[in-house]
Amino acid sequence: MTNKILEIENLTVSFDGFKALNNLNFSMNAGELRVIIGPNGAGKTTFLDVITGKVQPTKGRVLFKGKNLKKIPEHKITRMGIGRKFQTPRVYLNLTVRENLDLVANRNKNVFPTLFGYSSSTEKRNVAGLIETIGLDAKADLLADLLSHGEKQRLEIGMLVAQSPDLLLVDEPAAGLTDEETANVGALLLSLAERHSIIAIEHDMEFVRQIAQDKVTVLHQGSVLCEGKMEQVQNDPRVIEVYLGEPPEE
Amino acid sequence: MDSELNIGIYKKKKQQRKQLIEAGIIIAIALIFAIILPIVLPAFRLRLFGRFLALTIVALGIDLIWGYTGLLSLGHGIFFALGGYAIAMHLKLQIPEGQLPDFFTLYGVNKLPWFWQPFYSFPFTLVALVVIPGIVAGLLGYLVFRNRIKGVYFSILTQAALLVFFNFFNGQQKLINGTNGLKTDTERIFDLLVSSATVQRTFYILTVIFLVLIYLFCRWLTSGRFGRLLIAIRDDETRVRFSGYDPTGFKVLVFAISGAIAGIAGALYTVQTGIITPAIMQVAFSIEMVIWVAVGGRGTLIGAIIGTLLVRLAQTFLSERFPQVWLFFQGALFLTVVTVLPNGIVGWFKDYAWQKVQFLLGLRQPLVTYPQIEEDPAIQREREQLTRE
Repeated sequence: MTNKILEIENLTVSFDGFKALNNLNFSMNAGELRVIIGPNGAGKTTFLDVITGKVQPTKGRVLFKGKNLKKIPEHKITRMGIGRKFQTPRVYLNLTVRENLDLVANRNKNVFPTLFGYSSSTEKRNVAGLIETIGLDAKADLLADLLSHGEKQRLEIGMLVAQSPDLLLVDEPAAGLTDEETANVGALLLSLAERHSIIAIEHDMEFVRQIAQDKVTVLHQGSVLCEGKMEQVQNDPRVIEVYLGEPPEE
Repeated sequence: MDSELNIGIYKKKKQQRKQLIEAGIIIAIALIFAIILPIVLPAFRLRLFGRFLALTIVALGIDLIWGYTGLLSLGHGIFFALGGYAIAMHLKLQIPEGQLPDFFTLYGVNKLPWFWQPFYSFPFTLVALVVIPGIVAGLLGYLVFRNRIKGVYFSILTQAALLVFFNFFNGQQKLINGTNGLKTDTERIFDLLVSSATVQRTFYILTVIFLVLIYLFCRWLTSGRFGRLLIAIRDDETRVRFSGYDPTGFKVLVFAISGAIAGIAGALYTVQTGIITPAIMQVAFSIEMVIWVAVGGRGTLIGAIIGTLLVRLAQTFLSERFPQVWLFFQGALFLTVVTVLPNGIVGWFKDYAWQKVQFLLGLRQPLVTYPQIEEDPAIQREREQLTRE
């Protein structure tokens, strides 16, 4: 039996009757890097919302490491080991790069330990190492507000890693980046995939080709349309019809 | 590695020096307030200034929740009044045993209401004037924040709570003398008349001491990880949840602390005013507290103090000379700050004026957008390589 990190069974989410997710089944193994693609409105972001507890499922259930996530508040799900990166970079603009990372690297996130605790030297070293990994050492003490879009993306991925989650959820990490920055982020994700399970949602097919080593899942109208290796998915007639479009004549 | 260590030590030394300078400034100002002002100012003016200093304390509390945590409370009059009533009740009970405070007889009450009993004790009163407002604020905060009520809805709720308390205190003649309030001036504390010059001077010095202590406490709260988390909650609360923190607990705690600070301020204000009435819980007064912080600069503790003193001193000065138009000045001041100086006076000074001053003095202006050339590791590496070759 393989070790499933995430299993989703018959998941339906409806907003006032509109089914954003419709009877969706999904599972992935620990250590996998899964890319999810799909046209606009396919339910990709809702999918992440349900896993992280932002939206409650109408029907069905989500199991993380075998545990049902129903009615567990967001911060507890995060502490269980699911980290999420949002579509637009959401870092704390009025804190410096180092402070941003220090805040998430904090081991005990209850009120009083946060008030009276100091960052331990291990935490400080972790943060310093992370700053180097995301390549922001020269700007470690600048406010995040002053970073460029690409740097913010990298900082946010660094913040995810600082939580040391088992499962990383990454929503369109390449949105709004230059080609060079996209390649950087792709390389960063691939190096992270060595030690984490990752679900990446993406639109940019070039980028998907770069990072999709394992399976790709295609969502359409709230359910899984097909699943498989990149080459398989690319040539699936249904996927071409709803999402990719006909390849240009050569 | 060595150079990195050196830079670290250098930074630490610089920081320590900065802290020393700051501590020196705080002590100097506190000494001026505590020792020189009582000699220079006539007793009446001193008392007035003492009241203003008490108000700066509540402004610090508001800055803590509004400037740092992004919670705009329009109901801080509640906590301010609770602190004031606690000390006033204690002073009212400084009478021969068996007697009731005078106003009770007016309403035909001949037994002391039960909740007055513990206020015979001075230590209990001191604890109560901090803890009661703190608990009330904490409870109110818990109910509101647990349901994820935010922004304008939170402000409206605090104002509604203020009105509830105002009406309750106003209506309860038989319990706390209703709209007439409690007069403390003619009461005695440690066998001295509260309104006598010595007692008033003591209260004034106590106010200065509490202001310094509470300022330092707020500095400590906002400087560490906890303070950074408050800023994070203000800027993006949803993101905080996904960082693994539960914002509710943090917001309840900081709101309770802010309420307790308001309680202390209320007590100090009451004894230097000579009376506390439910009028202290009028909507306008709680809004004025917010204006002080806005004028001084949100998110800068010193701004809260400066803003309060400035508005209040201007109010005294202008209302003595032009009593009819003072309110127009206050409105104009608020409008100016909101439209021209959104970060308040201290924010404007930090962002703009300080650089101008540095420029005029010919000091080097620090670059903020990019690492300074001397500290950019890439440039340093290049330099090393060049010198080696």
